[in-house]
Amino acid sequence: MIEMSIFGGLLIGLASVCLMLFQGRIAGISSIVYRAIFHLKFESWALTFVIGLVLGPLLVAAFNGPAAPVIDLAWWQVLLGGVLVGVGSRLGSGCTSGHGVCGIARGSTRSIVATLTFMATGVITVFLMGMI
Amino acid sequence: MMIYITALATGALFGAGLAVSGMTDPANIQGFLEITGAWRPHLALVMLAAIAVALPFFQWVLPRLSKPVYGAAFLSPLSTAIDSRLITGAAVFGVGWGLSGLCPGPAITGIAYLEPQIFGFLAAMLIGMKIADRLPSPSAKA
Repeated sequence: MIEMSIFGGLLIGLASVCLMLFQGRIAGISSIVYRAIFHLKFESWALTFVIGLVLGPLLVAAFNGPAAPVIDLAWWQVLLGGVLVGVGSRLGSGCTSGHGVCGIARGSTRSIVATLTFMATGVITVFLMGMI
Repeated sequence: MMIYITALATGALFGAGLAVSGMTDPANIQGFLEITGAWRPHLALVMLAAIAVALPFFQWVLPRLSKPVYGAAFLSPLSTAIDSRLITGAAVFGVGWGLSGLCPGPAITGIAYLEPQIFGFLAAMLIGMKIADRLPSPSAKA
């Protein structure tokens, strides 16, 4: 699994390079999804990128990659988590990809601060969930 | 037309990376954040590998290029402000990320698995994005 994580990370890095090289855009998924849904008229390429993201696992399956994960969370975690991820990625102008990969690669202090912040609150949240 | 082809191809490459690396499994995300338990290093390896590819490009290649292959200009975030909006947003994001083990990329890619909880997460996330648009800007208040 460790090798697959490194390989997957290389693909994500390569995709981030390609999106900037070919289209001049940062591969920040939260903002691309927002554009695909709410600004589709002006940024229709964003929807095409989102469709590509969904095709990813099919490519992996075609090459006999890892099977689909079993997702078994409590519904309150899914729904509350979703709302908070939506609010937070908009307010904080980015998510794991935009800040955590592209932002850090760009050497943006803003993204480094954002990444350390969401990792810290993520660690605290998981720790507190373990106590209930 | 070319931007749609490159968008589709880069999206698929990104999605394949998420799927193959185990990032679409919330257990791997929560396992990474659970530093007091059986720690799962996958997320750290994915991020480091992705940065190892992207950093040389952004630092040394991009500054030498004048414009993208298909497009008028390179569009990079202009803001460098480290303000309460950034910190609050990132902090709230982290809580949601820890609760669900999901973030926007893996959730969109996860549509392919047709799991009801992924659709629930995405609907909630879009509602959250719209809620954030209605919040007053902290800079306007200050």
